[in-house]
Amino acid sequence: MSEMDDVVREFLVESHEGLDQLDRDLVALEQSPRDAKLLAAIFRCVHTIKGTCGFLGFGKLESVSHVGENLLSLLRDGKLFLTPEITSALLRLVDAIRQILAQIEADGGEGDVDYSDLVATLTRLAEGSPAPAAGVAEPPAAAEAAAPKKARGSRKAKAAAPEPAVEPVVAPVPVPAAAAPAPAAEAAHAPEPGHPAEAEGRASISESNIRVDVALLDKLMNLVGELVLARNQILQYTASHEDAQFLATSQRLNLITTELQEGVMKTRMQPIGNIWSKFPRVVRDLALQVGKQVAIEMEGRETELDKTIIEAIKDPLTHIVRNSVDHGIESPAARVAAGKPAEGRLLLRAYHEGGQVNIEIADDGGGINAEKVRQKALDRGLVTPEQAARMSERELQNLIFLPGFSTAEKVSNISGRGVGMDVVRTNIEKIGGTVDVQSVAGQGTTLKIKIPLTLAIIPALTVAAEGDRYAIPQVNLLELVRVEPGEGTGIEFIHGAPVYRLRGNLLPLCYLRRELGLPERAAAEGEAVNIVVLHADGRQFGLVVDGIHDTEEIVVKPLGQLLKGLSVFAGATIMGDGRVALILDVLSLAQRAKVVGEMRDQKRELRDRAASLAAAGSTTSLLVFGVGRDMRLAMPLAAVQRLEELPRDHVERAGSHDVVQYRGEILPLIHLARVLGAEAIDDPAKPLQVVVYADRGRQVGLVVDGIHDIVEDALASRAPVGHPDLAGTAVIHDRVTDLLDVQTVVRNACPWLYATEPDAQEALA
Amino acid sequence: MSDARQFCTFYLDGFFFGVDVMRVQEVIRFQQLTRVPLAPPVVHGLINLRGQIVTAVDLRRRLGLAPRAAGEQPMNIVVRTDDGAVSLLVDEIGEVVEVGEDAFERPPETLGGELRALIPGAYKLADRLLLILDTDRTVAIHADAA
Repeated sequence: MSEMDDVVREFLVESHEGLDQLDRDLVALEQSPRDAKLLAAIFRCVHTIKGTCGFLGFGKLESVSHVGENLLSLLRDGKLFLTPEITSALLRLVDAIRQILAQIEADGGEGDVDYSDLVATLTRLAEGSPAPAAGVAEPPAAAEAAAPKKARGSRKAKAAAPEPAVEPVVAPVPVPAAAAPAPAAEAAHAPEPGHPAEAEGRASISESNIRVDVALLDKLMNLVGELVLARNQILQYTASHEDAQFLATSQRLNLITTELQEGVMKTRMQPIGNIWSKFPRVVRDLALQVGKQVAIEMEGRETELDKTIIEAIKDPLTHIVRNSVDHGIESPAARVAAGKPAEGRLLLRAYHEGGQVNIEIADDGGGINAEKVRQKALDRGLVTPEQAARMSERELQNLIFLPGFSTAEKVSNISGRGVGMDVVRTNIEKIGGTVDVQSVAGQGTTLKIKIPLTLAIIPALTVAAEGDRYAIPQVNLLELVRVEPGEGTGIEFIHGAPVYRLRGNLLPLCYLRRELGLPERAAAEGEAVNIVVLHADGRQFGLVVDGIHDTEEIVVKPLGQLLKGLSVFAGATIMGDGRVALILDVLSLAQRAKVVGEMRDQKRELRDRAASLAAAGSTTSLLVFGVGRDMRLAMPLAAVQRLEELPRDHVERAGSHDVVQYRGEILPLIHLARVLGAEAIDDPAKPLQVVVYADRGRQVGLVVDGIHDIVEDALASRAPVGHPDLAGTAVIHDRVTDLLDVQTVVRNACPWLYATEPDAQEALA
Repeated sequence: MSDARQFCTFYLDGFFFGVDVMRVQEVIRFQQLTRVPLAPPVVHGLINLRGQIVTAVDLRRRLGLAPRAAGEQPMNIVVRTDDGAVSLLVDEIGEVVEVGEDAFERPPETLGGELRALIPGAYKLADRLLLILDTDRTVAIHADAA
């Protein structure tokens, strides 16, 4: 049997569906012969089949459907009127098409049935000649009888053992002897030619494809969810048993449940390409409408997602794509002026990552103008001036997700009505996803959507706080850290804000008890601290919990309306022992604890806190940083204005100095490695780490090679040192650290900053 | 008596209440509750009702009554609302009573505060008053409002 290629298979499925409809339509047409809509539908269907089979090279099918089409077009145009004779002929046509389709499905060929009689009948009817006595009602037995036999025989051949063919089949299809009695029986059914073949032909397609009500799949999914719960309960129970038989059985139950769960989940999976497929058209039409040139590219269209999720992201995605074309990509003229190709590029990407699906919609358009966003947000009163002033570029860009926000200069009928991005975000968050925008002015905008594969069952870690259990979705989990007392540095505090040093990086911490408003627990002496390292919104933070249980699959159940306002919880689940546990929404938790926010702002906040601390207390807050390969330096945090990362290509020369444009001013840079004679590490791939130092309104950027830490130190163990730029040496966190004399360094490197000031000397004193 | 209505009755801090029997899904005894931190105080916790997670509302608190004595275990009256099942925690379950419309009266003026807003009226029974609880309003509380 020849291998059917996908196109043919699709053609068959489609045609079968079309034919079913055709049957119904033709019957309906008899009742209302003048129904133009019905006629048009019938015509379209036959026309489609004719067109497609011509394209696929099925000559016989094409010729048969062609005459049918002719007849139908006359009917449609009102040149002929439907008679029962014509209806019968058309129904025969449908049967004939079915026969041929069945044959194609069976062996890829059209069979050798002669349809010339049918063709003649149809042609005659089209010419308007009256029927010869029984011509239509009783088709020639020979042709009709042969057809079912063939279709049937070849179908059987699929299943049964091949035997030498006895039938005159075109394609060399072996027909088992068992099929031999068939022809006689079939011939008796001549008035319904092809019907058995049709039914059986369809059955073979049906064997591999059935349509299932989604509600049924949902129900199955729920049941599997319950089964998973029951399985979990049994497994817990198993742990306390030693009956080998019972253990083996529950192990089997475990495996089967897992497989069943996967299987049921698969039934609901659909490739994302299903919803992407309409985008080229959307983009094309829209681009034309707004006079732009946009090429759309897609990557990972085979990425599969749960059907409910596919449905849920359809509209948001469409909106984003439209937005990108309408607002993102500039007009060809503007693009050319900006040195970009006239044709804009829209890239859709989807891929699996860590149990989630990432979808990116990237354009190479004008990007989001953070200033414009800020202004708009202020105009609309969406943020206060103080808030806006404190916002980082990234946070500003994310303002586009606020309700009532639109940066489009003019409202078009495509987008820009200010309903949109907020709805996009709401819809995506509703299904447990996140959306984030990244934009570089002039270079484009990328929207990143992360969504779970499925909503119903997720792996989660259970933790304890105040005797209750809480589930944390595994997707947010990075690692677990257990800090034994006396081990390492433990948890440190920066003006009350707890941090933990995780492999050299500062990990902001929050306490689950505190965030949930539960009573604080007096930390018992000598007790280990459990930190769950989580990531949310692209950032890491540690969650301190009372205890860590294990991970298990949980079934996510929504919370009632009464608790909808509690964003900290993503839902609830029923644990193995039947009790309810709440599922933490890690992103909300992080936002609540304010551990996610712009990194830069965090540093500034640290600085603010440290500065106030320094003013109040006897200890000094120090910024510890590295210069060169091995120098470890510290400077008073109070003198630090900000910590910045600046791209190296932003550095310009002014006179003999390196400068950067910084917040509308020119910021002189001092390369500390050069000043201090340290071995510089100029890694061109990394941005410059700059400590912005301010003194009496003048700012200088100190280029360092890494920010290590912020510490509080009484500076008791200070020792003098021989270098003019160093104020001394201290032991900070068990390491020898030089204290930078910032003022001296700045004065020496940029003397002009102080030259015109009358109180320059005072400043240096 | 065509206009007779049936109410599922219960006791709460000495008051005699009733909810429309058609709204009651079931009555169950005390269930282990999982508290919900940060939730409005009237939300007492979550219970597992045969795989369904149901929010339990502390009716005493909702109606502004004195808190239940420690150690007393409330009963659950699970009512159907637009938002699915919600459990109302009550002191004690009474019988189902049938009352005629003619015994209905607007809430007495003496009723104050929260009670008045949630009680559309009372039926005058032979020996006492049956206060009718509007379940929809009772559960119409939002986390952010509290």
